Amino acid sequence: MSTWVYILKRILGAIPILFLVSLVSFFLIRLSPVDPLAQMKLNPAISQETIEKEKVRLGLDKPVIVQYFLWAKNFMSGNMGYCTDNTKVSTKIKGRILNTLLLSFFVIFCSWILAIPLGILAAVYYNSFFDRFLTLISSVGMAIPSFFFAILMLLFAQHTGWFPVGGLTSINFDEMTVFQKIFDVLWHLCLPVIVLTTISISSLMRQMRANLLDILNAEYIKFAYAKGLSKAKVILKHAFRNAVNPIITLLGFEFAGLLSGAALTEYVFQYPGLGKLILEAVMQSDINLVMASLMIGAFMLIAGNLIADILLKITDPRVRI
Amino acid sequence: MLKFFDKIRHDKIPFIAFIILILMYFMILFADFFAIYPSTYANRKLAYQPPSNLYVISPENKLVFPYTYNFEKYFDENTLSIEYKQIRDKKYKIKFFSEGYEYKLFGIFKTNLHLISKPDDCNLFLLGTDINGHDIYSRLFFGGRISLTIGFLALLISFPIGALYGGISGYFGGAVDKILMRIAEAIMSIPSFYLLIILASILPSNMTSAQRFALITAILALIGWAGFSRVIRGMVLSLKNQDYVKAIETIGASRRRIILKHILPQTSSYIVIAITLSVPSYILAESGLSFLGLGIQLPDASWGNMLREAQEFANIIYRPWLLIPGFLIFIAVLSFNVLGDKIRDILDPKTLK
Repeated sequence: MSTWVYILKRILGAIPILFLVSLVSFFLIRLSPVDPLAQMKLNPAISQETIEKEKVRLGLDKPVIVQYFLWAKNFMSGNMGYCTDNTKVSTKIKGRILNTLLLSFFVIFCSWILAIPLGILAAVYYNSFFDRFLTLISSVGMAIPSFFFAILMLLFAQHTGWFPVGGLTSINFDEMTVFQKIFDVLWHLCLPVIVLTTISISSLMRQMRANLLDILNAEYIKFAYAKGLSKAKVILKHAFRNAVNPIITLLGFEFAGLLSGAALTEYVFQYPGLGKLILEAVMQSDINLVMASLMIGAFMLIAGNLIADILLKITDPRVRI
Repeated sequence: MLKFFDKIRHDKIPFIAFIILILMYFMILFADFFAIYPSTYANRKLAYQPPSNLYVISPENKLVFPYTYNFEKYFDENTLSIEYKQIRDKKYKIKFFSEGYEYKLFGIFKTNLHLISKPDDCNLFLLGTDINGHDIYSRLFFGGRISLTIGFLALLISFPIGALYGGISGYFGGAVDKILMRIAEAIMSIPSFYLLIILASILPSNMTSAQRFALITAILALIGWAGFSRVIRGMVLSLKNQDYVKAIETIGASRRRIILKHILPQTSSYIVIAITLSVPSYILAESGLSFLGLGIQLPDASWGNMLREAQEFANIIYRPWLLIPGFLIFIAVLSFNVLGDKIRDILDPKTLK
């Protein structure tokens, strides 16, 4: 089966899952005791007609099942409705998705570029001081609550003044040149990336170390040594390629974990990402916003898993998909 | 069991982690004995008092029984804020193993014995107070009660569900398997923390703290079972074709009996490993929820909701003592991780080299 057919099949397979996700979450949110229009009603800037229009559009006077199908119909045609502050959900969510993807991209990039070499070194120098030190560091990374670590980093930023405290851009962002803008965003990204990387690097590194340790005991590695190959060649050419495959499967999980873990970190750093948006939406029971961000979160998760599987196919020719 | 303990004891770091956890659970079991103030104590007049320092060396450079000074509140006109300063007029000697407020040990034995009790008209707050004038030191014990038990309780709900669900799905196969696994996949496709906050937000606000505790536990349990059930299903798929299962089927045992008595027990060593490795994630999830204000609510304490005040930037700069619960979460989770790794090494036959 060619890769393209496989991708098409996976995408088709994702549709029932997304349908179930939307069904489950819609009914959960409708269980909430908060009136979704309460905020709108309190806001004097929103006219009575808009509220009535919203009521009809959401079908709040109809039974929940009908409501769900109305929402689904709107969502399919790309109409995600309005938030409680009367902005379009789609405009609000677009920027946030980009920000979250930006953050996730940097975190995944940094953690892979660091975790894999460190994992290899730890396995090669098994039980050395370096190995134990890395194990200790990774235990710390796995144990520290993300929000607490973020708070500590804020404290650090405050005391040293090296990093900006929260947000994504400086106040004078609009007056900057393009080059300065890029630098400004990167500078603001530093702390969230450090926090999330420390957390995700730990499990990756451990996995890499464990895989490589397993493989270094295999017969074919002994054979490679017996053939007279150098240590570097054996490890990088023969052992590494087999050890890295299970890690690629982890990429999908990592992306999922990032979406969750990032929510709290974004909240503490006041980073305008999807996680912070959904938190605010849930607190206000802003049903359209919650549903839209949930669906996109789920979609990103499924897409992440798909990308991981395709990558695995590329790196490991034995995998049949 | 003894052999098990022996293996832990011979490895230094897991053993330390084990001791730390035993100590923590001991302290939350006797929380009232260690606490200075009852869990309901709040004095808004003493908000944000810094920790009372204990002195063992007197001004004359002599070693003395631990004593402390009181704080006085005053209004600083330069910074326009309320500050505290120590009054060094009167020393207050700390009392050990002495009488304090009355409580019921294990809810049965009435007593008023405390490890440390405060001297009369001394505002002894070993780790300072928060905005409501709660004593942080005492609340660490009461908060630990919730933070350290909620994970286990959630596991008690989620693991049986996950095991049964995966067992049924794997054993029956076919259409049942397809439908059950699609549902599990759908739940796994929602980023878990998003699902968690949505579930927590639908809880009505007029609940008693016991009800809230139970529901938060149930919500935490709802998150974990799906991923676990998939692993169990995979194991059951391979187990059900083994000869011994065929033999039981031939004898005519019911499906319920086969799944519950013959197949699921085979997965027990995986279950034990998965349980010890997932306690920390439940503790972290609870603390995250409470940190956002969606979990355990005031006046109850949990380590997560005690950290809520660290959301305010001024607090973490000027009142660093409010961050202490975060370190406790860290130590507890670290100990669980280290111990869990060791238990996995012991139980997993693959690592027995």
